[in-house]
Amino acid sequence: MTEDNVLIRVDHLKKAFGDHVVLKDISETIHKGEKVVIIGPSGSGKSTFLRCLNLLEEPTDGQIWFEDTEITDPNVDINAIRRQIGMVFQHFNLFPNMTVKKNITLAPVRTGLMKQEEADKEAMRLLERVGLAEKAEAYPSSLSGGQKQRVAIVRALAMNPKMMLFDEPTSALDPEMVGEVLDLMKRLAEDGMTMAVVTHEIGFAKEVGTRVLFMDEGIIMEQNTPQEFFSNPQTARAQEFLSKVLS
Amino acid sequence: MSFFENIHNQFFQTFVGPEGDRWQQFLVGLGVSFRVLLGALVLGVVLGIIVAIIRTQKDQQRGNRKKPVLSVLNAICLVYTTVIRGTPMMVQLLIMGFVVFSASRHLILVAILSLGINSGAYVSEIIRSGIMSIDPGQMEAGRSLGMNYGTVMKDIIIPQAIKNILPALGNEMITLFKDTSLVTVIGLADLTKVAMQVQARTYQAFMPFIGIAAVYLVIVLCMTWIFGKLERRMRRSDRR
Repeated sequence: MTEDNVLIRVDHLKKAFGDHVVLKDISETIHKGEKVVIIGPSGSGKSTFLRCLNLLEEPTDGQIWFEDTEITDPNVDINAIRRQIGMVFQHFNLFPNMTVKKNITLAPVRTGLMKQEEADKEAMRLLERVGLAEKAEAYPSSLSGGQKQRVAIVRALAMNPKMMLFDEPTSALDPEMVGEVLDLMKRLAEDGMTMAVVTHEIGFAKEVGTRVLFMDEGIIMEQNTPQEFFSNPQTARAQEFLSKVLS
Repeated sequence: MSFFENIHNQFFQTFVGPEGDRWQQFLVGLGVSFRVLLGALVLGVVLGIIVAIIRTQKDQQRGNRKKPVLSVLNAICLVYTTVIRGTPMMVQLLIMGFVVFSASRHLILVAILSLGINSGAYVSEIIRSGIMSIDPGQMEAGRSLGMNYGTVMKDIIIPQAIKNILPALGNEMITLFKDTSLVTVIGLADLTKVAMQVQARTYQAFMPFIGIAAVYLVIVLCMTWIFGKLERRMRRSDRR
């Protein structure tokens, strides 16, 4: 792949919370159109790594570039960068004081991306695509977990981002609702969205991922195509981890 | 003289009087009390929001970048809430009336300032607890969509926080209203002061003081009712 295809470049990223070092030294690039799946045991730093990519966590050291902008530069307008990177959280984080439609239109309108009517139309179009148009005027508390997460994905998509970050999007869901969320993510992947996904869904990683990063102890221990990684892990830690989750 | 005649007599002397205008004095006094309440309420809420935002920003500060301005502001806020909450309202009024503004004849402004500054310290703690009761994920979700801190605060955090703290804010407003009776000590002619003036003229304590107690009670009950309605209205989004 050529250099100008690079969407995110991470250079010697380190993150510590006080004395506790979570990310030791991570250098990585994500290209346009890639679907990077990040797996690893809990406490390995996968979520922290993902959250550094849109600076929800401020790195202790190292640089991150988004396209041509160094986003770790203190003078950069981080809001302008975040508008181009959608994020989906484990616990949905919908705004409970607003209807589904308002949840989706708030950011595009407040950041000046769209006018209210335009945003309303776009919200309805997206909601129809995920089969939730009839919930537009409902409040989040009346939705099921799977519906909440689909709305959260739509909310991120409404900003028309160049990339999506998923932080364990199915971990807080009842088992029977995992499928609907993964289906939506698959469709998103098929449409060509660049994605970075922290997940425990091995099936999803195999089917959708173009690359797997295995993280442990604050570094990327191993990376490969999903086929290679899951059938033939190289490091002892990865073998041990896979034997536990696949059994 | 029978008991009822006596009561009737006292009532007449207290609220009508020889010129027939005493009830008007009570009304004027009540008006003063209300003006002090409204002024102090606005000042208290404004001060409270400012102090609460400074304090939570300081608490939520992460990363390695320390902001010295924020630390200084936070220290000022801490001193303010500690001193105000650690001294009696009456003493604060005496200091404001006879030390800080001893030359001022705008007694109503002095009263508003004293009560407002006092109320702000309590309101700030209430608002702070409200902001802290909101899941940090709400701020993260808002920021991840590219909205700035102020917008997320205004549209997402504060509306939810207010819903949570409405009962406490209602209580604070009721306390503030009852505290307006203390402004008597700086010589402002509020409802309580009027009752005292009438008592000095009629030599009867029962009717004026029981009378204003009833007035305070009725107004507090009205406030309770209004806040109850407001609360039920804001909870609508929880049920649908």
